[in-house]
Amino acid sequence: MKSLIKYFTFTSELRSDEQSEENILGRRQRIFRPDYKFVRGKDESEIRAEGLNIHIKERHILKDVNLALPDKKITCVIGPSGCGKSTLLKTFNRLIDSVEGIRIEGKVLLNGEDIIGSGQDITRLRRKMGLVSQKPCPLPMSIFENVAYGCRIHGLANKRKLKMVVKHYLEAVGLWEEVCDRLNTPAVRLSIGQQQRLCLARSLAVEPQFILADEATSALDPISSKTIEELFVKLKRNYSIIMVTHTLRQALRIADYVVFMYMGEIIEAGDAQQVFNDPKHELTKKYLSGAFS
Amino acid sequence: MKFKFIEERLFKLLMYLATLAVFGFVVSIIWTIVSRGWGAMSWDMVSKLPGGGFYVGKEGGFLNAIVGSLYIVGASTLLGLLVSIPVVFYMNVYLSKNSRLAYVARLAYDVLFGIPSIVYGAFAFTIMIYFGMKTSLAGGIIVVTLLIVPIFIRSMDEVARTFPRELLDAAYSLGATRFETIRVVLRQIMPGIATATLLSIGRAIGDAAGVMFTAGYTDSIPTSLSQPAATMPLAVFFQMSSPIKEVQNRAYAAAMVLTLIVLALSVAGRLITNRFSKHRV
Amino acid sequence: MISLRALKDRTAGGVMFFLTIASLLLVVAMGVGLYFKSSPVLADHSLGELLFSSSWHPMKGEFGFLPFLMGTLWVTGIAVILFLPVALLAAIYLTEYARPAVRKYVFPALDILAGLPSVIYGVWGTLLIIPWISEWLAPHFVEFSTGYTALAGGVVLGVMILPLMVSLFIELFTSVPSELRDASTSLGATRWQTVKRVVLRKSVTGILAAVVLAVSRAFGETIAVLMVCGNLPEVPRSIFNACYPLPALIANNYGEMLSFPQYEAALMFAAMILFVVILLFNLISRIILYRMEKRFA
Repeated sequence: MKSLIKYFTFTSELRSDEQSEENILGRRQRIFRPDYKFVRGKDESEIRAEGLNIHIKERHILKDVNLALPDKKITCVIGPSGCGKSTLLKTFNRLIDSVEGIRIEGKVLLNGEDIIGSGQDITRLRRKMGLVSQKPCPLPMSIFENVAYGCRIHGLANKRKLKMVVKHYLEAVGLWEEVCDRLNTPAVRLSIGQQQRLCLARSLAVEPQFILADEATSALDPISSKTIEELFVKLKRNYSIIMVTHTLRQALRIADYVVFMYMGEIIEAGDAQQVFNDPKHELTKKYLSGAFS
Repeated sequence: MKFKFIEERLFKLLMYLATLAVFGFVVSIIWTIVSRGWGAMSWDMVSKLPGGGFYVGKEGGFLNAIVGSLYIVGASTLLGLLVSIPVVFYMNVYLSKNSRLAYVARLAYDVLFGIPSIVYGAFAFTIMIYFGMKTSLAGGIIVVTLLIVPIFIRSMDEVARTFPRELLDAAYSLGATRFETIRVVLRQIMPGIATATLLSIGRAIGDAAGVMFTAGYTDSIPTSLSQPAATMPLAVFFQMSSPIKEVQNRAYAAAMVLTLIVLALSVAGRLITNRFSKHRV
Repeated sequence: MISLRALKDRTAGGVMFFLTIASLLLVVAMGVGLYFKSSPVLADHSLGELLFSSSWHPMKGEFGFLPFLMGTLWVTGIAVILFLPVALLAAIYLTEYARPAVRKYVFPALDILAGLPSVIYGVWGTLLIIPWISEWLAPHFVEFSTGYTALAGGVVLGVMILPLMVSLFIELFTSVPSELRDASTSLGATRWQTVKRVVLRKSVTGILAAVVLAVSRAFGETIAVLMVCGNLPEVPRSIFNACYPLPALIANNYGEMLSFPQYEAALMFAAMILFVVILLFNLISRIILYRMEKRFA
């Protein structure tokens, strides 16, 4: 098996909880606008997996995964279905915990801190990892409440601030114009593309560092998925985006970094240019040429 | 520690307690009944009819109630099966999946399931009086049948609804009429029929309010359908209300027998369901 | 010409069709029959008088059902207030928290609770709950209580409807799609926050329907309540007063009512009240539950 390709980042200084707590309340600084250059300072973020093995009951789902994912880039995880892409993603925010009979070995380091060990405040971890799932799933409440949900969970109750937050993030995903006059209607009445953008806004509203997208466009029509793709490209200014995708062309369009998985193993990982133009591994070549999918 | 974690722990604790309470109630009920019933239990209780002076604490047992209950439960279970199998078959084979009639019929049976036995009893009683009948074994059987048919139908129906339509198509393509598929369907829903039967027997044997009106109570074993019949729950109920200690003790013994029967049915039901889910594709 | 087989198919279809709609006919027949039987008392007394008068003197021809209606409401109310939280918490635990191994032990326990005959609950209530109330609980609040009280009826009834509520709730909660839970937890919500804000919120109509169903079951419960609630035809003033629910009234007087046509009609009227209320409650909640089932399927 091909060994991992290291991606160099600065060793990051940990953000203290208190600081991130402040951020969520006084989030106005982190406004996402094309003309606004947000400087994140020292909280360089990075996900690094070391010797990660996952078993579900008797099945070996992830085999000795070693990986370092770059900061503020779009990482695309590609590979045939059933290769463990989604499991990898779910490990990063530990949604995998709820799976029956799961056994995790190895380390996943987030900003240098192991997130697999017990004693972690999972809720804090998950907040750093915004999730956009395959099928948009708006919570059973209004559009406004959907975006405000995360903030309320984390203790923001001030109505005025909530309104600001909701407006801000709906603008960030380009949904504000479309829904500003019906914020109190149930979110399920939106079109499916709008719902997906709403879910993205909902994730952004808790100030994540990462956005995990699990085939986020596969249920959408071409136009909506293009909108989402464009959003991701814009968002990588402030967030590290890790997306699992089934469509190679999508990866070609937007990926900065590519991870190719096969049967629970990382076959190849590297810069998008390099992997797509000059794959090192035989399997990668075959996959890219469409020999299997 | 943050508030949300305190909240999480508090509610988790409450949930443990609630779940424990469920166990607590089961244990408490069974323990109470068995511990009080065991002392009063004797072979005479289940093998003898009430003798003279039984209700002031003298000789005898409650064989009359046991036999009466058996008659009523046995007959009404058979009748219930006869009525409900065709209905389930009709709803799932003759009617299409989105049929309006099937919807209304399911609703009606669910509603009938909710109607309390006392109302069935009162209704049946008025009908019996209208026809000049007295409290009798036949009346009891009819009321209990009415009572358990909804259970029969709905619990068999739950199983029958998961029945793969492809199997029906296979039978049709061999040239079978709809009615002739009944063999295939019956074989497939057999486990459902078994569990439904056990459930219904459990309900039938425990019903008191319905038979109180219609079957009456007697100290002897009925020899024809027009004679009144005693039942277990009523044996418990009537003897409980006696002020005499010995008679009350017999009520506890009868209660214990009834509980053990119901427990056995419940265990059997579990075994069948487990077996069933094991062989399910 | 129709072949014999096709004829058989049709005849069987006809018979089965009749059996299927017999359920509907039975519901209608019960309603009509009970109304017909209770018409003598309805002819002599206004509906308002029957429902809101509390003087119950059958021999004098006074039939005020208020004490019995209130008795029914009291025991049912106590049962729901005491046991709805227990049922909710247990159901949440079993669907959201518990490992399958735990469920394997709890489900049979619920089965047993659901299967025990009503008279057994009555015996249990008499042997355990009544002494407990009269010796332990009541002395803290009132001077004297026999234990045969609305509270005893409520507790016994509550335990009886507990398994019904828990199983309905479990069905509701498991039908909430797990993506919703994932969406909520991936925003950093704790499990309880997810339950409170998403799962319960999603199933709130279903919960209401389930409670209505449980309440209608409680309304009709006869023997167990009759054995523990004291049976005094008075409007209860506290949970330590005896009460006399409608089904108990019918069951206690079925023998003597025949002596007197008005009395019989009055008891049939009581049965009709039960029938109508329970019919409506069941219809409403079943329809709601069907809709939810369909939506999630």
